[in-house]
Parts: sequence; structure tokens; C-alpha cells
Amino acid sequence: MASGSPPIRHWVLNLIAVYIITLRELKRFLRQKSRIIGSLARPLFWLLVVGSGLSQIIRTQGGVSYMQFILPGILGLTILFSSMFSSLSIIWDREFGFLKEILVAPISRLAIVLGKVIGGTIISTIQGVLIMALIPFLRIPLELSQVIALLLLAVIISFSLSSFGVLIASLMRSLESFNLIINFLIMPMFFVSGALYPIKLLPPPIHIMASFNPLSYGIDAFKNVLLREAGNSPLAPEFPFYQDILFILVFSGIMLVVATLVFSWKKD
Amino acid sequence: MSKVIEIHNLVKCYKKFRAVDDISLEVEEGEIFGFLGPNGAGKTTTIQVLCTLLKPTAGSAYINGYDCFTQPALVRSCIGLVFQELILDDELTAEENLRFHCYLYGLRRKTIPARIQKVLKLVDLEDRQHDIVRRFSWGMKRRLELARGLLHYPKVLFLDEPTTGLDPQTRYHIWEFIAGLKKTEPITIFLTTHYMEEAEICDRIGIIDRGQIIALDTPAELKKLLPGDIIEAKTRDNQQVWQFLSNKAVLDLTQDNNTLLFKVRDAEEFLPHFIRESPAEILSISIKKPTLNDVFLHLTGKEIRAEEGNIKETWKKWRQAARR
Repeated sequence: MASGSPPIRHWVLNLIAVYIITLRELKRFLRQKSRIIGSLARPLFWLLVVGSGLSQIIRTQGGVSYMQFILPGILGLTILFSSMFSSLSIIWDREFGFLKEILVAPISRLAIVLGKVIGGTIISTIQGVLIMALIPFLRIPLELSQVIALLLLAVIISFSLSSFGVLIASLMRSLESFNLIINFLIMPMFFVSGALYPIKLLPPPIHIMASFNPLSYGIDAFKNVLLREAGNSPLAPEFPFYQDILFILVFSGIMLVVATLVFSWKKD
Repeated sequence: MSKVIEIHNLVKCYKKFRAVDDISLEVEEGEIFGFLGPNGAGKTTTIQVLCTLLKPTAGSAYINGYDCFTQPALVRSCIGLVFQELILDDELTAEENLRFHCYLYGLRRKTIPARIQKVLKLVDLEDRQHDIVRRFSWGMKRRLELARGLLHYPKVLFLDEPTTGLDPQTRYHIWEFIAGLKKTEPITIFLTTHYMEEAEICDRIGIIDRGQIIALDTPAELKKLLPGDIIEAKTRDNQQVWQFLSNKAVLDLTQDNNTLLFKVRDAEEFLPHFIRESPAEILSISIKKPTLNDVFLHLTGKEIRAEEGNIKETWKKWRQAARR
């Protein structure tokens, strides 16, 4: 190499690459004001308009109001959209060519995937936390341990959905596929997740779909923390807490590996 | 001198189409090598294989001794790239784009600011370094990309049609920059272009057509492939001069309006002789040296920018149709 100093170790170089790719994601996010506003407006709309509208006609059981019931779902929605959108920026990078700048750098494909995923994780965690600020207004009492649990959950759920988004983005070739992803992936994921109604009330085929949906487990984990009073009512969480966490972590791991493999194999 | 790029029998097929058809090539360290050919000839495909972005169908390639297919990370660390399209992050500043690149290539933190200032100075963008790239003109973006390509002191700099879409003044500046670079940096440049004038700065040129190299030599040697220089002359009595010329060693003698056209092997040698001995007074005389475009025409039987010509003709037809 032309530079005189001894070469930096390979794994250190890859760590630096993860850092700078993440930093770029954050900078881009902060510079796009419309994206910040849009990503906060969506959950507020669902909670305040859809939630308060439906709570007029839906009678709930077990001491949980409908607004309280859908809050975990709205948190999931916030994280789902912001994770997927920031991961899908890979499609933009490909379309406008910037992905080439990253692909021709002497770094491992895992570093590229991790940089994008961690960037998405930070962005969606921040947005999730902003929505969590609404919890006191819905008369859900919170202890410190619950707040910490919610924060950690926001991080791992963001991580799993961002890795899922990166995998999807690595398979896509054009911006046209973007609408397809929103209509046939993101919206169904939200509706088949237990966000607006309990999964167990759905017909069996949809019930099976829901049990493969990472968002179901994310939202269920939030319910495990937030809806403790629900007891045995239909509104109560549907899976044990540990099962939620286990599914999310295993799912993230698989997504990371597959996305890295796709990046290594696929050549434009 | 060592071989910094080696390509052996490279083939790249897209389904049945052979984009690169059995190319072999060696480029010496410090050389400016130009790939010349029409669009779709296989120039970009070759570059993408060399940069490890594409897997070849057959053959092998080495850069700086590293195998492009089994050691992609090592190859990537010693090459710099400027692609046909602009690949900057529009949302970041010029300085941030360069810094991003430094980190990706593992430059030591302490050396980064000085490097960035150095390359910005090279391309004359120091005073715009904190501006968002979105506000830059195309030419400024291109210059910034050239700066970025040099940041990590690559052994080989690949330039894929670096001046396409630029105004003549910016094009001139960029070529001046590239030619000057060779004097100050120990760098090998591998470029593609379809501007003939631009290919003149190369040490060697490979002419590529339909995926194959059909000629490979210095620009001067390539021009020798042509029968010679073209001379245009007007005289008081063309008839008499025609007689005189047909007894000399001239080729393709023709007359167009009042102008005599002919080719000689060496115009500089022939002209004094011609002026001294011409049977009639010479009114005007001009020499046309063969250009690379003529070489290309001679080798392939078509203009390099044939496509563009077709577009212009299509336009003409359209306009004529519209008038009716």
C-alpha cells in the first residue's frame, strides 16, 4: 500500500466502518426534517384518531381501556416504520449509486449490514422513546423497572426489524419495489401482529401467520411490561415474556447472517 | 517497471451476450492506459470486474499482484474509483463525504484532516468544503469524486468516462489535472473515454469493440496504422498539378470543387518538395493529420460516436416530419 504507516488490523478497520456507516445514517436522518415529523405523525394519528374513535364503540374487559390496549401496538408501529424506512435507504443508495462507494471499500459485508442495522436501531429507538412519553397521559402507572424494560425492548425490537429491513432491501433492485414492500409487507405485518386486536381472536390461518411475524412478539413483549393488570382477559399478553425475547433475538441473528450472505453473493 | 494490472483471457457473459470476449492486457506501473470504444463495447464491464464488483464468466485478473476474485478486499484497498455516474452523498458536506471515505479505507485518524485538505486543494474545492454537496454543480461534484478517489493513495485509479456530461472548460481542467497527477504521484491510471482528443494524453490505448481489443499501442503508433497525412491544396491550374501529382507517390488523389485532396506518407517531408516543384502557383495548402477518430474508423468501419450521430439524424427526421 502506498501509505507508510503499518496497516490497521482487519477487524479494527471493520469496526471503524460500522461506526462511520452508522454515523452517516444518523446525520442523514437529522438533516431530513420531514422524515422526523412524518415518523412521529403516523403513530400519533393512529393513537389519537383511530384509538380514541374505536374506544367509543369497543367495550374492553379486565380493567384495560382500548387506548391502553393499543399503546404497545402503536409503539410497535413506530418502530416498524422507522426501522424499515431507514433500512430501505439501501435501495436509495443503490439507485443513486452511493452503495457502490461502500461496496468497493475494503471492508467486510457484515460491517456494511451492521452499520445500516445499528443506524436504524438508534433512529427507531429514539422515535419509540418519544412515543413512550405519552404513556403517563394514558393513565398507565410506570415503575422505574418498567421504564428500563421498555427501553431495552425498544432497542432489541428496533434491531430485529432493522435487520429484517436490510435483508429485504438487499434483495430489491429498484425504487418501484418500495411501494410493493409497504403495501404487501409492512402494512400486513402491522395488521397481523396483535396491535389492534388480540391474535387469539383471529381465524386459524391468520393466527399461524401472526406467529411467524417478528412484530407480534415485539408488541407482545411491550404488552407483558405495560398491561400487567389485564390478568386473564382476552387483552392480556399471549406469549410468555421469555418466548418473546427469545424469538426476537434468534430472528435478528438469522436476518443478519442471511443479509450478509446476500450482500456477498449478489453482484450488481 | 512492474505489471500493476494483469488480465488473462477475461470473459464476461450476460446470458448469451458476450460483453467482454477474451480480453488479455497488461498495464505497467505509472502508466496512463486508455480504453477507447463505443458505448456497449465492454469498457465498463471490464472495469467492474477489475474493481471486484462483477464476477467474470472465465479468465483471471490481478491488480498489484492480488487476485481480483479470491482476494477482493486486498484489491479494493489499493484501487481508487471514479464511476460514470456521480456517487456522492448529496445530504453530506464535501468534507463529510471525504471523511466517510477515509474511515472506510482505514486511514489513521491523525492523518485524515491533512489528507482531506491536500486533495481538496488539488481539485480547488477548499473554500466549498463545508457546503452540502446537493448545491454543487456537476463539474464540482466530479472534481470532488476525483479528490475522493485519491484520498487513500491508491496504486491504480480507475476513471470510467470521467468527463461525460461536462462542459468543455471543466473537461479541459479535469484532463489537465489527470495529466499533472502523473508527474507528482506514483500512480497508474486506467481510464475509459469516447472522446478521441482525450485519449491523446494516454501512454497507451486499447481500442475495444464488441468485447474484444482490436488494437493496442501508443497513440502515435496507432495513427501510423493509417496510410498517411491528408493534404488539401488549391492551385491556379489544378489540371496541371494533377498530372504532376499522379507521377509522385501520392495516394487517393481526388478533386472536390477547386480543391485537390490527396494522402502522403509524411506531409512535412513532401510539402517543401511539392511547393518547389509545383507546375502551377499554389493558392492555399493545408495538412490534416490523422486523428484517433480516423484510426477508429479505419479499424472498425464506423465512427466512435455513431450512436450520437444517429440520434441527431433521428432528430432531423422528426423536425422535418413536424414541419409538414
